[in-house]
Amino acid sequence: MSMPFYVAPEQVMKDRADYARKGIARGRSLVAVACAEGVVICAENPSSTLRKVSEIYDRIAFAGVGKYNEFDQLRISGVRAADLKGFSFSREDVEARGLANQYAQILGQVFTHEMKPLEVEILVAEVGPEAGTDQLFHLLYDGTVIDEARFAVLGGDAEAVTERVEASLGEAPDLASALRVAVGALAGPDRTLVAADLEVALLDRASVRRCFRRIEDADVSALLATS
Amino acid sequence: MQIPVFSVADDPGPDFASLLRRQGLSAAVPDGPVSAAGAVPHGTTVVAIRYADGVVMAGDRRATSGNLISHRSIEKVFPADRWSGVAIAGAAGPAMEMVKLFQLQLEHYEKVEGQPLSLEGKANQLSQMVRNHLPAAMQGLAVVPLFAGFDTRRRAGRLFQYDVTGGRYEENDYATSGSGGLHAATVVKLGFGRDTSADATVDLAFQALVTAADEDSATGGPDPTRGIWPVMATIDADGFTRLDDSDLAARYGRLYPGASA
Repeated sequence: MSMPFYVAPEQVMKDRADYARKGIARGRSLVAVACAEGVVICAENPSSTLRKVSEIYDRIAFAGVGKYNEFDQLRISGVRAADLKGFSFSREDVEARGLANQYAQILGQVFTHEMKPLEVEILVAEVGPEAGTDQLFHLLYDGTVIDEARFAVLGGDAEAVTERVEASLGEAPDLASALRVAVGALAGPDRTLVAADLEVALLDRASVRRCFRRIEDADVSALLATS
Repeated sequence: MQIPVFSVADDPGPDFASLLRRQGLSAAVPDGPVSAAGAVPHGTTVVAIRYADGVVMAGDRRATSGNLISHRSIEKVFPADRWSGVAIAGAAGPAMEMVKLFQLQLEHYEKVEGQPLSLEGKANQLSQMVRNHLPAAMQGLAVVPLFAGFDTRRRAGRLFQYDVTGGRYEENDYATSGSGGLHAATVVKLGFGRDTSADATVDLAFQALVTAADEDSATGGPDPTRGIWPVMATIDADGFTRLDDSDLAARYGRLYPGASA
């Protein structure tokens, strides 16, 4: 009778985490910044049809990096959960915190029980009634939830990008300066990114109901040009 | 409420109604005639008229249960999404539920698929919802909506009327529904012109509703004492815009100078 080799649980978890991290590191990063106008989410994404940033509900947006089919499936589940909750109760009862916790459940469950962890990092953002009340929930591949304060960076190169955002983000930025900081941090010192390389969306604080809107390339260029 | 997770074969796609069925949240159909449970509020007259750049939708504010007035100020004209509106006549409860589901269905599709349905797609979707409602209609809870919108691909206003079986009929000029619909249609027919302005078309719809209220006891007319005015909206390239009550009050004063309070 053959005996399976003993593998320490620490080793199993480490291998899975390494696998997920490698998958995520292959993709490009994404930055979300809370600003005066709302929450601006900026992803490096040359495709204009396969989206990384999308709408979940009235005041909630979703962003993902890593394996597209995996985070897109999570996005659709989130839209379903939010719409069902809004239908059964009321639109005001749908909030980012509950959704983030449910995502954490799914990610944690898959990480510990399935063969392969999800190679994704996701962001659930909710725009508040006034500046300083926005919520940014950053979720890792193993279900860890991080409640970010002013900005969130997702993706492989997150540490370097985070340092660059921290260095240049002032207090209470407006939309144009937040976007410039985000794009500068994504590009780094050696590259410049233009509107066509980016996918930008805003959770607009001033909107009455559905706050999510995409910012088109021309408007992105105009915002980046102002100084 | 948990995040719903489906296997690939079982996935409901962008269809919200099918998602509700899978979650066991759809409403049950009554077994016997609803009259056994007492009179149910019914909504009455709604009108939709095409004009040069879009569509005007209008509805009175009365709901009746048998010979009694159950509400003086219910609304029967709703935005379905940014570019379209839906107006309802028939049993008020199921009609409101249908509108709520229809609005959600359009929004859900747009979010899941990443782009909105075409106007034709929206009209067909409503047709299916009316068709699915047929068993309840047979029990006395008929809902007969009107649907109108601005077709952003054809750059023109379009309107559709339905029957209880889900039959969908696109109209070129105007459509009415509900108990006072016949009288309203006559007024619209006499005053209709293809190239009328939005303003003149709103006047025409207003007069149609006043006439319907004059002839049909289930249709409520404008009520200046209580400040209750019909719900009227235009749908054009700028989307669905509901008219202010102050605008309607001024219109009433202008159209019926003798009657104004």
